[in-house]
Amino acid sequence: MDTILQLLSELHEDIDFEECDSLVNDGILDSFDIVTLIGEIADEFDVQITADKITPENFNSAESIWSLVSELMDE
Amino acid sequence: MLYTSAEFIIFAAVLLAVYHTLPRVCKPYLLLLSSVIFFASYAWYNLPFLIFTVLVTYAGGIAVAKVYERGEGEISSGEFDRETKKEMRRRVKRRAKLVMALTVTADIAVLAVLKYYNFALHNANALLHFTKNESDLFITLALPLGISFYTFMCVGYVVDVFRKKYSAERNILKVALFAAYFPQLVQGPFSRYDETGAQLWSPSDVGADALSWAFLRIAWGYFKKLVLADRVAVAVNALAGDADAYRGAYALAAVVLYSIRIYADFTGGIDITIGLSEALGVKLRENFIRPYFSKSIAEYWRRWHISLGEWFREYLFYPLSIAGPVGKASKWVKKHVGAGAAKRFPVYVATVIVWFVTGIWHGAAWNFIAWGMANCVVILISQELSPLYEKFHAKTGIGEGGAWGAFMIVRTYFLMSMIRMFDVYADVGKTFSAVGSIFTTFNYGVFFDGSMLTLGLTGADYALLAVGCAVIFAVSVLGGKKSLRERTSGRYALRVSLSCLLAVATLVFGAYGIGYDASQFIYNQF
Amino acid sequence: MEKKKRIRTAAIIIAAILVSLCLLDIATRLCVPKYMSGALDGAFIAEYYDEKLPHDVLFVGDCEVFSNISPVALWREYGITSFVRGSAQQLIWQSYYLLEEMLAHETPKAVVFNVLSLKYNEPQKEAYNRIALDGMKLSRYKLAAVEASMLQGQRDADTGEVVNESFLSYVFPLLRYHSRWSSLTSDDVKYMYGRDKVTHNGYYMRVDANGVSPDELPAVRPLDDYTFGSTATEYLDKMVTLCESHGVELILMKAPSLVPHWYDEYEAQVEAYASAHGLRYINVLAAANDIGIDYETDTFDRGMHMNLSGAEKVTSYVGGILSDEFGIPDRRGDEEYASVWAEKEKFYDDMIAAQQKELAELGHLVHFGAVG
Repeated sequence: MDTILQLLSELHEDIDFEECDSLVNDGILDSFDIVTLIGEIADEFDVQITADKITPENFNSAESIWSLVSELMDE
Repeated sequence: MLYTSAEFIIFAAVLLAVYHTLPRVCKPYLLLLSSVIFFASYAWYNLPFLIFTVLVTYAGGIAVAKVYERGEGEISSGEFDRETKKEMRRRVKRRAKLVMALTVTADIAVLAVLKYYNFALHNANALLHFTKNESDLFITLALPLGISFYTFMCVGYVVDVFRKKYSAERNILKVALFAAYFPQLVQGPFSRYDETGAQLWSPSDVGADALSWAFLRIAWGYFKKLVLADRVAVAVNALAGDADAYRGAYALAAVVLYSIRIYADFTGGIDITIGLSEALGVKLRENFIRPYFSKSIAEYWRRWHISLGEWFREYLFYPLSIAGPVGKASKWVKKHVGAGAAKRFPVYVATVIVWFVTGIWHGAAWNFIAWGMANCVVILISQELSPLYEKFHAKTGIGEGGAWGAFMIVRTYFLMSMIRMFDVYADVGKTFSAVGSIFTTFNYGVFFDGSMLTLGLTGADYALLAVGCAVIFAVSVLGGKKSLRERTSGRYALRVSLSCLLAVATLVFGAYGIGYDASQFIYNQF
Repeated sequence: MEKKKRIRTAAIIIAAILVSLCLLDIATRLCVPKYMSGALDGAFIAEYYDEKLPHDVLFVGDCEVFSNISPVALWREYGITSFVRGSAQQLIWQSYYLLEEMLAHETPKAVVFNVLSLKYNEPQKEAYNRIALDGMKLSRYKLAAVEASMLQGQRDADTGEVVNESFLSYVFPLLRYHSRWSSLTSDDVKYMYGRDKVTHNGYYMRVDANGVSPDELPAVRPLDDYTFGSTATEYLDKMVTLCESHGVELILMKAPSLVPHWYDEYEAQVEAYASAHGLRYINVLAAANDIGIDYETDTFDRGMHMNLSGAEKVTSYVGGILSDEFGIPDRRGDEEYASVWAEKEKFYDDMIAAQQKELAELGHLVHFGAVG
């Protein structure tokens, strides 16, 4: 989880990622950010997030991203 | 049947009247029938293409679902350890992917052949010189109505079934109605099956609120289209028709007038589409959120033709940017160029491809490709500059509101409007030359010496345009904080009165019909 | 309370719709061309509806009736009551439906059709369709005439542009004329609810002369085909049947004119048709010399249309035939007719005086439809 927060704050320094739960809906994370993030996650956790997992619900908060990653690591 | 034809208005009126007297179970069939009639009214002989795409899409969805079903059956039939199950799942997914890819290819192939064959042939011939009479080999069919829209929607459906977003549809008529639903054939919006598919088959009741809003929206759409878009089109065509003569200030006029035209035309058409659909009890997704108030090109593309941008993001940009080969290439870049470049690599590759496809989706011609690439370049540059901007904001304390925000809006508007000129001049060289002349040819006196009155618009026309734009601006501002729909909620009388007012204004001030030339009415011969 | 609110909403909605319809009516009245100054042609057809008494003779056709037959002169000399229903290049199907409309209201003794328009087998020009048809009241005759007249992908005879007319725009003329909103004149307001009379029972008067001598005319161009088209002849057949069914005598006529050229081949076809159907054919063109028509003084546009002097000669000649051969009654003794026609005579004489005054002052006419 901390790694996710770390990766997110590298993208945007001024956002409180622990609190925000509408990252996609509010346009904080754009498509470029998401692709960059997925690349970082692949390096850090060795999981590949596929296109069908890229939904606003999965990326709206640090927590939902983390649960997506953990789910993929479990598989 | 064009939206602005009497035939269409009668067609829609009769449909609405019959539709609302039918029992609910019959409604989807009437919608399907109307859609076929609407499609056929453009070119009935293109029906086979539509039917083919529907059949392929329907069968593809079922086939993907079957692969999954059989796979699940196999996996649950025996005792396998976790690793084997994982491997089996992977194999099933690969098979499903193959079926999905075949279906998508078949769908796209029809579009590619009908829309891009001539363009490809022409360019291939220019390179290889294999025939002197290339036009003999051209396909001279009218494109099936809405093929660019329904093909993409069908592709989205099959991909979604593959992604297990929802299950495959067993009723082919439902797939057919989803693809052919007539209000969105003309210019979208792109619908998702899970959004509109179910609605189409069990439309919601249309109460006074929905109906009064629908009428107001339709009237507003016609007003924009007929009073503004079609009026300004005369001047735009005059300016674009002779790009070599109309330079400098004229080119700037073309930029502004075309921005009015495309906005009024496109958003007006979508208003008619969404309004009509709402009157039928089917809610379509919004396609515009006051796009000319965007502060950057990227934002603009999240607010203009939204459903197209979303489609490309979901079905092209993400799959491309995280695809295996791109990842591998990215690793190579990291090794040979550097970490920064490697990070950018997937995004850049995907962005370039997406904008190339977006460009060519708009039309099979180089000017559309150039238009797409121009968007791409601006977006990538502003992406590169965004850290600088953030620093600037942090240091100076200037936010994105106030004067700076206004500046960003105006800048984005002009940048977008200039890029759009590829579409107007329909020629890459002419576009560069004409738009460039805005900055090099100082003939701005033509704004004041009556030259603008020689473009087919009279002073009265310009006055009308100014009033129309002011009304649109006012409506946009009013709808900014709280949507107009909420603002007028429950106020049916107001909505109907406004609809009537718009209808009268459109009938009188619309630029339709054959025009009036008094000299024709002088009897000068036998 | 809830109910009260609902009634209020319904009332406002109904009011909004009614107000819109009124606005559209006003906009229509404002935007339709009035034809009260400049070219007057579009005002001719509607004047029939002001007629209070029936007529014994109805003339239908194109400009060769409206500028060559003067009902007032016919009344003065023979006591024949008549009306001319003609307009610019009025096509035979337009004449047919106008006649059908008139025969639904009155049964004259005779109908005279001028044959020039037989040469047109297709609609020629949207503006002329409008001039002929806009003046008609909405009726099944009008709709049929519109249906027969609309240009559907044909080319305008003058501009060569492909024209597609819309049926609805004849029913709702605002759809056709709305673009005049930016060029309205004081006439458009003045004549919103009523127009001045410009013809004398359909006769368009001109006292000025602009003559031509026959040898000044351009050489006659031979045509590829002189045969009247099938549509044109079909409508002539229908006219014959229509008149028969109403017990009305149908008479064919050719007015005198030098332009456009009336080919011998046309003449032969009309003669053959008349004799085959037992119709009287009055060829005033052939009789022009005998009745004293002088193209140098009797036309106002170099041989195309008769001026007052020429028209009265033509009228006198045709009236003689109507009176002698067809026994059209003299109604001058009937007081009801006499008073109505006295008014018409006054309007006629006043206009002659006014035109002559203008002509004397300016040397040429500028009002009275004298354009170009």
